[in-house]
Amino acid sequence: MTFINYASREINCKIVYYGPGLCGKTTNLQYIYDSTAPTSKGKLISLATETDRTLFFDFMPLELGTVRGFKTRFHLYTVPGQVFYDASRKLILKGVDGVVFVADSQEERMDANIESLYNLEENLQAHGHDLMKLPYVLQLNKRDLPTAIPAADLAAELQRKGEPVHEAVAATGVGVFDTLKSVAKQVLTELRKS
Amino acid sequence: MVIREPQFGQLKTVLAKLRTDAAAQVTFLVDKNGQSIAVQGDVGNLDTTSLASLAAGNVAATGGMAQLVGEKEFPTLSHEGEHENIYICVIGRALLIVVFDDQASLGLVKLRVKQASREFAQIFAEINSQANESTDDESLFAEITDEDIDSLFK
Ligand SMILES: Nc1nc2c(ncn2[C@@H]2O[C@H](COP(=O)(O)OP(=O)(O)OP(=O)(O)O)[C@@H](O)[C@H]2O)c(=O)[nH]1
Ligand SMILES: [Mg+2]
Repeated sequence: MTFINYASREINCKIVYYGPGLCGKTTNLQYIYDSTAPTSKGKLISLATETDRTLFFDFMPLELGTVRGFKTRFHLYTVPGQVFYDASRKLILKGVDGVVFVADSQEERMDANIESLYNLEENLQAHGHDLMKLPYVLQLNKRDLPTAIPAADLAAELQRKGEPVHEAVAATGVGVFDTLKSVAKQVLTELRKS
Repeated sequence: MVIREPQFGQLKTVLAKLRTDAAAQVTFLVDKNGQSIAVQGDVGNLDTTSLASLAAGNVAATGGMAQLVGEKEFPTLSHEGEHENIYICVIGRALLIVVFDDQASLGLVKLRVKQASREFAQIFAEINSQANESTDDESLFAEITDEDIDSLFK
């Protein structure tokens, strides 16, 4: 749920990166963090295990500038992708304004992608959100790997509603900002409708 | 959540008074999703954006635990360190965070928070009841153009 403060002229939106374990959600945030000017970002907070798997969430605030005199901030979160952290995943979706689904392009992760997507819809419903109505983009990550299945096949399997699809190599930053822009635009467009 | 004047000013006034009454360093209101609403006090080195998001995560996690044992939620959380302490209280859709040091006492903080909670709850009730009213100012979102949006990503 977008947070609007007319008194201090601020808009804050929440974007969540979702997807199966090791698909590259944290890597997306890390890249955004590393390539953003210090003035427009806050700290990147990672609540992670000793082996760098997300335990609860990663968080970073990103300030993009002003729209019609309102300071516009995006709060970016990732969820823990490992199946058994479902309770935490559900908590993080609370109040979400837009979702990026990061799919892992490797053939052997196809089932994990499908399971995670199904889990996303279920957890959104628990908060009264409908994926069909929410700002949403699909990122096909790890395009650099030799075991990546063709993008068209992945999209055919995972696209849910004609959402924008972005090919990415999060590890080197390819497609990372295109993905973010794409979801952020939808969130702001939604604001216009309300 | 949509905040406007005069409620924004009222929230800040109650926060400021609470800070003085509880001898706290910082009093801070955030929403349950981790968005900052208003803050009072000496925030010099304090990263309030991170604090807001972590407090919201903290409350969400303990709330999840509460439900597992059949409670609706745990309405207050208290973290005591060697010198610095944090007390968090759930007020409807918002969280009140009080940062205080060993100059203050947890008992006093709890008491003052309890008193202030009623005032906050009242202000939030007004905020909620006005959530769907729109003012002239707000039609401005209807006028956001694609260029406005594009300009954010230059
Ligand atoms: N080859 C390749 N590796 C990547 C890419 N993106 C991420 N990785 C690697 O994949 C591994 C997992 O990335 P993370 O970003 O931690 O994955 P995650 O989705 O956050 O995983 P969880 O926190 O467990 O849900 C890391 O070793 C990354 O370096 C990519 O585009 N290509
Ligand atoms: Mg991660």
